[in-house]
Amino acid sequence: MSNLEKYDKLFLSSFRVKPEDLPTLTYRGIPAWDSVGHMEFMSEMEETFKISLSTLDVLDFSSYEKGKEILAKYGVTL
Amino acid sequence: MDYDTLLTKEPFSLSRAEKRTVFSDGLTELTRYHREHCPPYAALLDRLGVPDGPLAPEDVPFLPVSVFKDLELKSVPDGQVFKTITSSGTTGQRVSRIFLDAGTSANQQKTLFRITSALVGNDRLPMLVIDSKKVLRDRAMFSARGAGILGFSIFGSPMRYALNNDMELDLEAVEAFLEQYRGRKILLFGFTFMIWRHFCQALREKGITLDFGDSVLIHGGGWKKLVNEAVSPEEFNQTLREVAGIRQVADYYGMAEQTGCIYLECPQGHLHASAYSDVLFRRPADHGLCTVGEPGVIQVLSLLPRSYPGHSLLTEDMGVLLGEDDCPCGWKGKYFSITGRIPKAEVRGCSDTYGG
Repeated sequence: MSNLEKYDKLFLSSFRVKPEDLPTLTYRGIPAWDSVGHMEFMSEMEETFKISLSTLDVLDFSSYEKGKEILAKYGVTL
Repeated sequence: MDYDTLLTKEPFSLSRAEKRTVFSDGLTELTRYHREHCPPYAALLDRLGVPDGPLAPEDVPFLPVSVFKDLELKSVPDGQVFKTITSSGTTGQRVSRIFLDAGTSANQQKTLFRITSALVGNDRLPMLVIDSKKVLRDRAMFSARGAGILGFSIFGSPMRYALNNDMELDLEAVEAFLEQYRGRKILLFGFTFMIWRHFCQALREKGITLDFGDSVLIHGGGWKKLVNEAVSPEEFNQTLREVAGIRQVADYYGMAEQTGCIYLECPQGHLHASAYSDVLFRRPADHGLCTVGEPGVIQVLSLLPRSYPGHSLLTEDMGVLLGEDDCPCGWKGKYFSITGRIPKAEVRGCSDTYGG
């Protein structure tokens, strides 16, 4: 599975959204992606890509697209 | 200065003159904003005869925190309410409701991060919450305790809980956590009373001593429930060191009505106002301003709340201003201590009404 496939799969399973929802998905934009959902989601993200996100990057991880930029900083290319 | 710009300032960097300018402008703008967007708030201000013009921080009208029990105060349309925080409710007691939209909720998290990073740093740490996971059960309607845990969860990676669903110390889980993260800096978080009752006392009763090594414990929720047990802050800190080897302990003062804007205890043992919020102390009799060293009712001012008119609130706590900009710890801003509750306040605290 490619990194992008893994990344998408995390969103789809965490927030129960459809692939076509991904480009516009934002933190606090849907009830499932609230702060509880966010913290669980971040843990799974770290586990999947074997990285350790800083607190600021956890707060900045505000959308599907923004998350790609943040992962790039940790050497995860999608 | 808009709030995002203010957040780029270091949390304890603004001196008195600079802060006064920022807060006069910011509070004037927020008062006007809420007057335009929250009809019950506008009605209150009209009744008080508050003019629509520039306000000095001490002249900004303040609402008693209990107003959130009586009125539904929100400055956003219902459809934009993303989360409702409730404060201190059980059967028979009225509940405060604080309405958050996505923007205010995000700023609460960022503000808490900015303030707390002064002690914790920028990296997430293995974190042990001295509470039970069950307080986070209903995610649409959090208790103040749940909201506190959730707020601080941004610092934890991973986050584990020290108490089981029956609020008993889960020693097996705690020891496994310690074993796994030995040698790393550890963050512990919880509510003062819960830590004392279910961690300190529980360890003592079992006759067990732990060593958390390089560790910082942050706690809040107040001392009210510990007054009967005559536990002083010194004894609390000392006990944590003795039973768990916890090296640094910091109290914080905060409330659900201004989540995010906490007042953190510095290494000198003083609570500090950050650049993002401020405190005033008022005489109970006439609400006049107290002088340094004179205990009074605490008023909290914050430039954060935009989805509800909570930028200027009179709390039910008493405190005393110790000084401004000159604490030996080096942090700028006012520093103070809490002296108790206002007389005859309805019994409530930030740790819900858990009595056990």
